[in-house]
Amino acid sequence: MAQPDVHLPQRRAGVGFLKTARGDTWYIQPLLVLLGLGAFIVYSTWAAFVGVDYHCGVNGANYLSPFYSPLLFDAPGVEPSGHAWFGAWPSWWPAFIPASPALLILWAPGGFRFTCYYYRGAYYKSFWGAPPGCAVGGPHTKRYRGERRLPLILQNAHRYFLYLAIGFLFILAYDAFSAMWFVGEGGAKSFGIGIGTLVLVVNPILLGGYTLGCHSLRHLVGGKKDCISDNGAQKKAYDCVSCLNRGHMRWAWASLFWVGFTDLYVRLCASGVINDVRIF
Amino acid sequence: MGESRDVTFRVWRGDASGGALKDYTTGITTGMVVLDAVHQIQAESAPDLACRWNCKAGKCGSCSAEINGKPRLMCMTRMDEIDTSVPVTILPMQTFPLIRDLVTDVSWNYEVKKRIKKFRPRKPDNADGSWNMAQADVERVQEFRKCIECFLCQDVCHVLREHERHPEFSGPRHFIYTAQLEMHPLDTEDRLGQLKDEQNIGYCNITKCCTKVCPEHITITDNAIIPLKERVVDEFYDPMTRLFRIFKPGKK
Repeated sequence: MAQPDVHLPQRRAGVGFLKTARGDTWYIQPLLVLLGLGAFIVYSTWAAFVGVDYHCGVNGANYLSPFYSPLLFDAPGVEPSGHAWFGAWPSWWPAFIPASPALLILWAPGGFRFTCYYYRGAYYKSFWGAPPGCAVGGPHTKRYRGERRLPLILQNAHRYFLYLAIGFLFILAYDAFSAMWFVGEGGAKSFGIGIGTLVLVVNPILLGGYTLGCHSLRHLVGGKKDCISDNGAQKKAYDCVSCLNRGHMRWAWASLFWVGFTDLYVRLCASGVINDVRIF
Repeated sequence: MGESRDVTFRVWRGDASGGALKDYTTGITTGMVVLDAVHQIQAESAPDLACRWNCKAGKCGSCSAEINGKPRLMCMTRMDEIDTSVPVTILPMQTFPLIRDLVTDVSWNYEVKKRIKKFRPRKPDNADGSWNMAQADVERVQEFRKCIECFLCQDVCHVLREHERHPEFSGPRHFIYTAQLEMHPLDTEDRLGQLKDEQNIGYCNITKCCTKVCPEHITITDNAIIPLKERVVDEFYDPMTRLFRIFKPGKK
C-alpha cells in the first residue's frame, strides 16, 4: 500500500548539489573521513600488492604484519617466515596476478570494514555525497536506490564478514603471542618484549574493541530477541556488545590507524630502515 | 535581564506559490531563544508572520524550523549559542509542504503512521488480564517513546529531503515507531515484510543525520534503524537464518 505523496514547492529553489543554508564548517568531518579512509586505502593497497617485508625476523624477533596474517603461503623469493600455513607459494598461481599472500586474505577484513554500518554512513557522505552533509544538498536524482537493490543490497552480508573477522581476531592474538618469543643462538626460543611486541599486542585489542562492538554482533547475541532478560548470560553479552557499540566509531578509527601502523612498523623493521628495540 | 543588542533575522516569508527571505531586526537580551525573537518580530514589525508553537519547552514538537540551515526546535535554540554577527536565517522545514512562512503541513506523517501495523499483545499472563514484563525488556522501547513528533529527523533525512521518496519511504520517525512496537516484549505482530516492502527501510543509508538533530537525543540509527535492518536481514536475506528457521519455526 503506497504512502501518500507530497508536493514541496519551497524545495525547488534550494535544491542542488552542496546547496545549504548552513553557515558552519559542516564539510570538515566528511573531508577528514575522505582523507583518512583515502590514505588508508592507498597505503593498504600498496602494502598488499608489494609482497615483501611482511615478516621481521631481525635479532630473533618474530613479527608478522597483520595485512599478511593468516599467512597461507610464503611469498616467492622471500625467506620462509615460519608462519605459512601451507608452506611455499603455489606453482599454479597465475603469473599475471601479483604473487602476494595478502591478496589471499585481505578481502575478508576489507569486506568487514566496507560493509560496517559505521563506515557505510561515513563513506556514503564523504565519497559519494549521499548526502555530503546533514541538510546539505546531494545529487538530486530520482534514481536513488539506497541499499534496496544491487549492488548495495549486498551490504546485508555484513554478518558473514563478521564471522570471518572474529576468526581473524584469534589469529592476530596468536601473532601477538608469537611476537613474545625471540629466537636466540642455536634456535632456542626465549620470552621477551620488544617495541614490536607491544605494537602487535595493541593491534588485536583495538580490533577486538571494534569487531566485538559490531551492530550485527549486537543483534546476533541478543538484539534479535524482544525478551532477553530470561537468559542472564545472553543479557550480559548483549550489554557488553552494546557498551562497545556506543564507541563503535572511535574503535573503528583507532583500529584502522593501528593496523596500518603495525604493518608499517613491521615493514620498516624488516627492511632495516629502523631497528626494533628489545625492552627485555 | 541583560543589555539588549540588535540582531538581524532573515526569515522566510511566503506560501506555496512563492516567497523570499526578509530581514527583520530586533533586540536580543540574555536568556532568549529563537522562538522569543520570532514572537518579538511578530509583535514589533510582522504581525502576519506565521509560526507554529505551543509549549515553549521542547516537548510539543511544534516549532520545528531550520535555523542557520540546521533543523532545530526554535524554543530550544538559545540565542547565545548562535553567531549573531551575521543575520540569523530561519527557514521552514524543507521536507513537508509549505503552508505559509514558517508553517509546514506535517499531516503526511500521520497518514503514514496509520498504515503501520498496530500493537498486538500476546494473551494476558494472569487471570486478571494483566501481563508480566521484565523492566530490562521494556527499557529498550522506552527510549523510542520519548519521541515528541517534531519531525526534524524526517526533515533532515536526505531520502525524503533530496530524493522525495514520500510515497515509498516512511522515514526515521516511523522507524522509531515501528521499533517501539516490533521490539515490545508483549507484541506478537510481524512487521518485517512491511518494513522491507512498504516502509522501504533499505533506502536508509545510515548517515545518522536523524540521530544528530533529535532534540530528545534518541539514538535513532543505532538503537532503532540498524536493529530493524538486522531483523529484516534475518527474515529475508540471510540464508543461514532461513535454514535454521525450518528446524525452529515460530516468531521470537
